[in-house]
Amino acid sequence: MSENKNRILKISILRFDPNDPEDFPHMETFEVEEADGMTLFVALNEIREHHDNSLKFDFVCRAGICGSCSMLVNGKPTLACRTLTKKLGENITLAPLPLFELIGDLSIYTGKWMRGLNERLETWIHDKENELQVDKLEERMEPELADEIYELDRCVECGCCVAGCGTIQMRPDFVGAVGLNKVARYHLDPRDKRDDEEYYEMIGDEDGVFGCMTLLGCEDVCPKDLPLQSKIAYLRRMMIKQGLK
Amino acid sequence: MKVIYTDVLIIGGGLAGLRVATGVKERGHDAVVLTLVPPKRSHSAAAQGGMQASLANSKMGEGDNEDVHFSDTIKGSDWGADQIVARMFTHCAPKAIRELAHWGVPWTRVKRGDRTAIINAKKVTITEKDEAHGLITARDFGGTKKWRTCYTSDGTGHSMLFAMDNKAHEDKVEIHERLEAISLIHEHGRCFGAVARNLMTGELVAYVSRATTIATGGYGRIYSVSTNAIICQGIGQAIALETGVATLGNMEAIQFHPTAIVPVGILTTEGCRGDGGLLLDKDGYRFMPDYEPEKKELASRDVVSRRMTEHMRKGKGVKSRYGDHLWLDITILGREHIEKNLREVKEICENFLGIDPAKEWIPVRPTQHYSMGGIRTKYTGESQTLKGLYSCGEAACWDLHGFNRLGGNSVSETVVSGMLVAEYISDYLESPESHLSIHTANVAKFVHKEQEKIDALLSRENGEDAYVLRRRMEEIMMDKVGIFRNGDDLKEAVDELEELYKRSKSIEVFRSKSHAANPALENAYRTQKMLKVALCVAYGALLRTESRGAHSREDFPRRDDENWLKRTITSWVKEDDTLPTVTYEDIDINTMEMPPGFRGYGKDLTDHNKDTAHRQSTVDMIRKHLEAEGADRFHIQNVLMPFKDKLPKKYRGINERFGENI
Repeated sequence: MSENKNRILKISILRFDPNDPEDFPHMETFEVEEADGMTLFVALNEIREHHDNSLKFDFVCRAGICGSCSMLVNGKPTLACRTLTKKLGENITLAPLPLFELIGDLSIYTGKWMRGLNERLETWIHDKENELQVDKLEERMEPELADEIYELDRCVECGCCVAGCGTIQMRPDFVGAVGLNKVARYHLDPRDKRDDEEYYEMIGDEDGVFGCMTLLGCEDVCPKDLPLQSKIAYLRRMMIKQGLK
Repeated sequence: MKVIYTDVLIIGGGLAGLRVATGVKERGHDAVVLTLVPPKRSHSAAAQGGMQASLANSKMGEGDNEDVHFSDTIKGSDWGADQIVARMFTHCAPKAIRELAHWGVPWTRVKRGDRTAIINAKKVTITEKDEAHGLITARDFGGTKKWRTCYTSDGTGHSMLFAMDNKAHEDKVEIHERLEAISLIHEHGRCFGAVARNLMTGELVAYVSRATTIATGGYGRIYSVSTNAIICQGIGQAIALETGVATLGNMEAIQFHPTAIVPVGILTTEGCRGDGGLLLDKDGYRFMPDYEPEKKELASRDVVSRRMTEHMRKGKGVKSRYGDHLWLDITILGREHIEKNLREVKEICENFLGIDPAKEWIPVRPTQHYSMGGIRTKYTGESQTLKGLYSCGEAACWDLHGFNRLGGNSVSETVVSGMLVAEYISDYLESPESHLSIHTANVAKFVHKEQEKIDALLSRENGEDAYVLRRRMEEIMMDKVGIFRNGDDLKEAVDELEELYKRSKSIEVFRSKSHAANPALENAYRTQKMLKVALCVAYGALLRTESRGAHSREDFPRRDDENWLKRTITSWVKEDDTLPTVTYEDIDINTMEMPPGFRGYGKDLTDHNKDTAHRQSTVDMIRKHLEAEGADRFHIQNVLMPFKDKLPKKYRGINERFGENI
C-alpha cells in the first residue's frame, strides 16, 4: 500500500501583492498531494482552487507554446506549465522571474518589457523597395533558409534568458539574448533590407552585442533550445567587422 | 470615470484582432487593442499544423484553386456555411498568406526534386518541379482534395502571430494589455465601445469608440477538457449576448479534435495524420480504413472523432486510469521528419508524456477543440442587430464553417476575416452614420453598473463558490453536450445549467477581497458569463433535432435539410431571463452555388430539402451551357453565385497561381 501512496508536495511560493500597502514579500508553503502526470500548472491551480484563491500566476496555453508561465523553479528560470512535478523533489520553491515588473506573486509583466524591446530593435521586416502585391506569386526563398529563419523565429519571449543573464544584472538596458536572437533572425532574412551599418547602430555597443559577458546562462535556460551562443558569437564577429570598416 | 476615446476598439489581440488593427490603421483610423495577455501569447500561437490557401505550388497541390478549396469547405461544413462568405474567404486566402510572407513568416518552401513521403502507410516518392522551387509548400490535412495546408514546421500559428504582432508594432497600434472588456456600451441599437477592467489594478475604464470589434476567440473552456488555452472562455460572446441586442449564431456547433493527448488535452496537430500518421486501437490495429475506406485518418475532423468514439465503445480503446484512449502512431514518419516538421508535437510528447514519439505511440482521444458558433454577423463582420459592433475570427459566426470546420481553415480565417473586416469598418468610419452620439452620462451608467456588480461580488457573504459551479458546468458540457448527443442528456444538461446559472447570481468571492489583481474575482464574474454561453450551446443542441457536421444526435441521426437547413440564432432578451431565446435563420438553397449533397462519409443519411433537386439541376444546366460556350471557371462561378461585388475593391483581383493566371 505504502509504495502506491502519492507524495505530498510542499510548494513554497514567494508571495507579494504590490497593490496591498500592508503586504510585504514573504514565503508561503502549500501542501499538495501529487497526482500522476502532475505539472506545476496543475499543482498551482489546485492551490488556487482549494487553498488560496488570491494566488496570482500566468498561464495561457499550458502546453509550452506561449511562454507566459516562466518563473523560477527551485531557483532556475523555466516554463512552469511543462514542468512535471515528478522530476522535482518533495520540496519545491517557486518565485517570480526577476527583472520584470511584478504584478503579484508569480505574475510578471513580461509583455511590457518585450514590447519595449521589439520597438527598440524594430523587429519587423524593413523593406521600402518592394511593395506588397497580394495578387502576385510570392517571392521565392531557399527552403533551407526558410527553415533556418524559423529556427530563430521559435523564440516565445518567455523571458527565461533575461532572468538567466548575468550581464543584464549590471546593465539594465542590455537587450539580452532574446534581443540578440531577434536581430540575428532579421539579419538572416533577405526580406529585411537593413544593412550591417544599421544593425551596428542598433546593437554595436555595450547595451548590445558587446555587453554580453558570455556567461551564457541564456542558452542553459532557453526552453526552446535556441542556438543563442552561436548566434551571439556570429553577431559579434559581424559587428566587429562592421566596426572596423 | 476614466474615458478613452478611439475610432476602433478591438477586443482581443490574437491574429484576427491584430489584423483588423493594422488594416484600419492603414486606412488612417485610430485603433486600440484590449488584450488579456501580451498579444504574442494569444491562443492563435497554439495553431500548429497550418493555414489553408490554394497556392497549388507543391506537386500534391497541383490543380488546386479557389473552387476546390470552396467545395472542400462547404462539404466540411455539412452545408451549414454561408456560401458567399466561403467564396470571399477562399478567394482571399492566397492574398492573406502572401501578405504574411511579405511581413516575415518563414513559410516552409518547396524544394525541387525527389522527396519521400508517407501516404496511406506506404513510402512514396514525390517529385517537385524545378519551377516551383522556393515557393510556399503545403501538407495534407483532413477533408481536403489537395495538399493545401501551408505551414512553418508545426509552429504555424506562432510564426503568423509573431509576424502579425510585429507588424502591429511597426504600425504603432496601441495595445492595452491585461485589460478585459466586461460589458459593451450601447444605446438605441448602436454599440459605442466597452467597459474594461484593468486586471493589474482593478480600475474600470470606459473605452468609447465609433466601431467596436470582438476578436476574442472561442469558448472551449466551458468544457472540462479542451485543447484551448485557458483564456478561451467565451467572454467576448457573453458580453455581446448580454447586450440583449446582438445575437449569437450556431452556438451548438462544437468541434472535437481527434488527437489531443491524454489526460491533459493538449493538441497534437492534424499534420501528424496529414504527414502520414495512423490511428491504432488497443491491438495496434489500424481501424479507420474499416470505417472510412476512402479518406481513412484524413476524413473531416467530426467524422474521425465520431469513428474513434464508436471504436472505443466497441471495447477497442486502450484502458487507462483516465479512461479509454487510442494511439496515434507517427513513428513511421521517421525521426528526421518529426524533428523538422513536428517539433512542437515532439516537445509536447517529451514534456507532458515523457515519451519519444519517434519511437513510441502517442495516447490520444477526441477533445473539445473549436467553436464554429459565435457572434452572428453579416459578411462584413458587423452584427446583424447591433450597429457598430463587429466580430471576426473564431469569436464570430459570419458563417464560414457551418457545422464543422476544416483543419487549416481557422488561422486562415483569422487573417482573411481580419483584412476584410478592417476595410468594412473603415468604410463605416468614413460614413456620417459612424459619428459618436452617446452622452457621457450614459457611458457613466454602464461603468457604474459594472462597478456595482463587482462590489456585490466582493461584499456578498454566505454565497455560492464560483469554482464549484464552474467545475459542474464543465462536467455537464463534457458528459452531456459532447461528441454524441441525445435528447434526454441534453434536457438534463439544460435544466441543470439553468439551475447553476440561477445560483451564479449569488456568487461570493471567498477570502480574496482585493479590488485590484484578483484571480478569484475574475473567476467569479467570468463564471457567470460562461454559464450563459454554456446554456446557449446546450439549449441550441437540445432544440436541433437532426445531425449535421459536428452536431451529432443519436436520437436523430439523419441530416434533415427539409426542417433544419438553418442557422441557430441565440439572444438573451431580458436581463432576468434564465434561458436564452432561440430563433432560426433560413439558409436559402436557391442562391447556392453548391446545393446540398452527400459529404461522402459512411452511409448517406440525408433527408433532402424539396428545393435541392431543382437548384442542382439549375446549377448543372448553367454550368453545362457555359462550358459549351467556352466560359472560364471565373465566369461560370460568377453566373452561379456572384460575390466579388461584396469584396473591398483592393481584394477583388484574380490570384496568380503556379501554373495559372501568370
